[in-house]
Amino acid sequence: MSGEGAEDIKKHVKVYLIVFAALAALTIVTVGISYLHLPTHWAILFALLVATVKGSLVACYFMHLISERKVIYWILLICVFFFAVLLWAPVVTSSM
Amino acid sequence: MEIPYAVHPHPITGVPNGKLGVWLFLASEVMLFGALFSALILLRVGAEHWPHGTEAGLSIPLATINTMVLITSSVTMVMAWASLKMNQYGKFQLYLTLTILLAFVFLVIKYFEYTDKFHHHHYPSTDTFYATYFTMTGLHGLHVVGGIVVNSYLLLTAGGAWKRDPDRLANRIEYAGLYWHFVDLVWIFLFPILYLL
Repeated sequence: MSGEGAEDIKKHVKVYLIVFAALAALTIVTVGISYLHLPTHWAILFALLVATVKGSLVACYFMHLISERKVIYWILLICVFFFAVLLWAPVVTSSM
Repeated sequence: MEIPYAVHPHPITGVPNGKLGVWLFLASEVMLFGALFSALILLRVGAEHWPHGTEAGLSIPLATINTMVLITSSVTMVMAWASLKMNQYGKFQLYLTLTILLAFVFLVIKYFEYTDKFHHHHYPSTDTFYATYFTMTGLHGLHVVGGIVVNSYLLLTAGGAWKRDPDRLANRIEYAGLYWHFVDLVWIFLFPILYLL
């Protein structure tokens, strides 16, 4: 992102505002779903799904991951792998 | 002594050293919060009863307002960076100041939440739910404080930095922004997991 000119940045500003509106709307959706009192597994699924979409918007557009260099993707890929191990290994082994 | 590749990309990595450093730091932060999320899942799965946020006395309206506050602060943070890239120093100051103020608003709301819990004699030692609630929101709150410190320092020293090297200042704001957006991202997951489920 560092090599872009003022005109490119102006276009980005419009995207930031659209993402902001989407994040606000999705927050309302998250809260709305919680008031539906769905069965626990559906409630967890929908809440995490919306949170993942919101998180992806923040990461892709505010953190500029959508146009980042390879080295950053590699760091995140390794990170995601170990994060997945951290989350799933205890759950899987706890039922052994 | 001049720090190498503070503005221009390093020929091997393709990014300035500062950005690489911040992403490595954020990767370690993912593991820190990941360990806590993992612990939360284990404790919740193993618990005979896990209270819903409202059942435990958590305020969804306050947490929703705080979510909106953090999202807005993420926008003002990225706008601060964009303003610098468009050579609008005055707007940069305005947006970064707004980011810091919104961070304070978040902490003030959190303060009211915490005092309400203490008033009802809910402490980290009360039960497993409150232990995880205070640990995770407390650690996140400390990160918000860290963001305030970093952003305030950058705002106070920006005048000189802007005159000396505007590109370098823009990069610093981008890196501080990466950290701040990460803090927002963690809250995006904490909010439903602790309050809504």
